[in-house]
Amino acid sequence: MQTLSLVILVFLSLSVFADRLTDRQQELRYLIKHDCGSCHGMTLKGGLGPSLQSLALKNKPDELLFITIKEGRPGTPMPPWKSLLTNDDINIIIKILRKGIN
Amino acid sequence: MKLFFTLTVILFLTSCTTQNLRGTGDLGLIIERAIGQVKLVEHTTNTSLATIKGLGDLSHASIVYSRDERYGYVFGRDGGLTKIDILEQKIVKRIMQSGNSIGGAISQDGKLIAVSNYKPGGVKIFNADTLDLVANIPAVYAQGKQSKTVGLIDAPGQLFVFSLYDAGEIWVVDMKNISTPVITKFKNIGSLPYDGLVTPDGRYYIAGLFGEDGLAMLDLWHLEKGVTRVMNHYGKGKQKLPVYKMPHLEGWAMAGDKMLLPAVGQHEVLVMDQNWKQVKSIKVHGQPIFVMSRPDHRQMWVNFAHPRNDTIQVIDTETLKIIKTLKPGKAVLHMEFSPRGEHVWMSVRDESRVDVLNTETFEVIKSLKADKPSGIFFTNRAHKIGL
Ligand code: HEC
Repeated sequence: MQTLSLVILVFLSLSVFADRLTDRQQELRYLIKHDCGSCHGMTLKGGLGPSLQSLALKNKPDELLFITIKEGRPGTPMPPWKSLLTNDDINIIIKILRKGIN
Repeated sequence: MKLFFTLTVILFLTSCTTQNLRGTGDLGLIIERAIGQVKLVEHTTNTSLATIKGLGDLSHASIVYSRDERYGYVFGRDGGLTKIDILEQKIVKRIMQSGNSIGGAISQDGKLIAVSNYKPGGVKIFNADTLDLVANIPAVYAQGKQSKTVGLIDAPGQLFVFSLYDAGEIWVVDMKNISTPVITKFKNIGSLPYDGLVTPDGRYYIAGLFGEDGLAMLDLWHLEKGVTRVMNHYGKGKQKLPVYKMPHLEGWAMAGDKMLLPAVGQHEVLVMDQNWKQVKSIKVHGQPIFVMSRPDHRQMWVNFAHPRNDTIQVIDTETLKIIKTLKPGKAVLHMEFSPRGEHVWMSVRDESRVDVLNTETFEVIKSLKADKPSGIFFTNRAHKIGL
């Protein structure tokens, strides 16, 4: 019985975790569209900043994207996001960008 | 039978007149950015009249109006230029004029529409009636290099003025003779100009610089004097905060002998005197985006960049103190005052709402539904230089 409740508990917390993850993914998608979009275009086709559509990023390694998002590009309007986004967030964003937002 | 006929005719006529005759001076359009449509609104009774669909990607879209205040020209992010008849509540014409654009302007005589493009970088000028191309001005600044253009405005003398983001230049285009635009170029004006404005009297063009401190200023009465740097000392030695959204220079206030504008990378609104010297900075809630003057210049309303964009602050221009902090909701993107300033409309993007506030009591007097609203543009802009 005890093991069963433990299993249930683990299962519950797992599903909560899974929900959270998708919630956060949802939030990050929204952030990409609207807040990255204010400089990169809502469809990420480019604006003041370059296109972030998957094709445009094809030849850019994850590390470059990661460091750009985390630290920004000093001397350009690309801001550092490290105070608002965790490393995990940034990795999720890169995945979303690679898959394409639309 | 005859009576019936006359009655029908009378009914028909009255319905015609009540439907067709109306002014447009109390109308406006609101951008619903995510679904490519605009809302037609009326600000005498604060109501929404119609929705006009099919305008493409409207992130960062803006609108100018014909001088008869009947037509709105919508500049979309995707390079679309759409002419809307606000009386007929429909699109008259829509063209795709580039791959990626950022804003536009209408000429002094109302006959030309200019659009500022990121890709391919440059400015295109169209006949306001037909949207036929009149002039194409690629922003070529070095061999094979074309710059994004920003801060496009109209100025007296049938001028269009804009800045080249990648090149650090300001170009003045004289369209008095539409078949031969005369272009005056000012080079080395500073690094990464990100937006520009013209003072309400149409005399000074000012470009904000992202890459360095200060602002680039051009006296349009005296082009021969060239571009000068103002507020040079600003920001020196200070650690700049990240800017999550580019500030806008439109809507600056000149209150008596003072001017207020958003600082870049600081949570401050800057106050300049008539000699373009900074005389004060006002600490505010976040990185200011729009610093907009109530039409009587007595108050300045300020909104902020992500992640502090749920707040509005109101500055009294006499004392230069914050007199009110409001929390309208998530992502307050834009504000527009009624022509004489008794009300202000504000779009609360993430809550899909537009609120109308009384500017004396700060009370919300009306809330309208709108899908992810951004810019709000009332038709009285038609008669303002630089808008
Ligand atoms: C205030 C404007 C602004 C915002 C907001 C912004 N960016 Fe940028 N971004 C830029 C600019 C400008 C560049 C180009 C920098 C340069 O010149 O190298 C850039 C470059 C980049 C690059 C490098 C692309 C390349 O081809 O090398 C990535 C990746 C990127 N941004 C991601 C993001 C993400 C993700 C967000 C949102 C979390 C974001 N940006 C928000 C302005 C912005």
